[in-house]
Amino acid sequence: MGTFHSDKGELHGITVVVQTTGARVYVGRCDTQTPDGIVLLDADHHDEGEAGKTNEQYLSFAAKYGVFKKHDHLVVPAAEITNVQRLGELA
Amino acid sequence: MPYDPSLVAPMRQEMVEMGATELTSAEEVEQFLGSNQGTALVFVNSVCGCAAGTARPGLKMALGNDQKPDRVGTVFAGQHTDATARAREAFSQFPPSSPSAVLFKDGEPVFYLPRHMIEGRDAPSVAFELVTAFDEFCK
Repeated sequence: MGTFHSDKGELHGITVVVQTTGARVYVGRCDTQTPDGIVLLDADHHDEGEAGKTNEQYLSFAAKYGVFKKHDHLVVPAAEITNVQRLGELA
Repeated sequence: MPYDPSLVAPMRQEMVEMGATELTSAEEVEQFLGSNQGTALVFVNSVCGCAAGTARPGLKMALGNDQKPDRVGTVFAGQHTDATARAREAFSQFPPSSPSAVLFKDGEPVFYLPRHMIEGRDAPSVAFELVTAFDEFCK
């Protein structure tokens, strides 16, 4: 049985890592990606050095187990995004 | 609000037909996980076809392996909310996601297949991940 909402782009329903121009990285399930930005569901974010962990260390855990969400829904503006990648590709 | 039962019925039936025990209440989860002997798999089922559509067939394929869990149970996220919450308490060190699968050995979670490791993969790839864990932990 396929997705019920396949008109939202190829990353719809996929957990992605969003790298930004700043120290923050986001991980969440992509809902939609538009020229204005990316909408993430059940998302978390991590700032470089937060809780004593680098972004690399944070993503290493996320790649194995996923993330504990901080946001049910958030939008990352396109102007802040430097890269979007499937979390599964990091595992 | 839980999903319309008629919407999830085929997805629940798919699990039952492959031999999984449906766990629809916290009490049923406690009973299922109560035995600390042997191996048990809990599959967190879900509606969205983005991942669950390959997770269920992948699990069905994996259960054809020689080595497999002694018991397989399933909760349905977004439908049986109490059962799902109770199951997740048993593997709270892992971030919750659905669909997902957790393998227990002697009462301890030893393997977790989270949603992002299922997304975008076909059923044989999901089965491979599960069979690898079964071969390691279900001897």
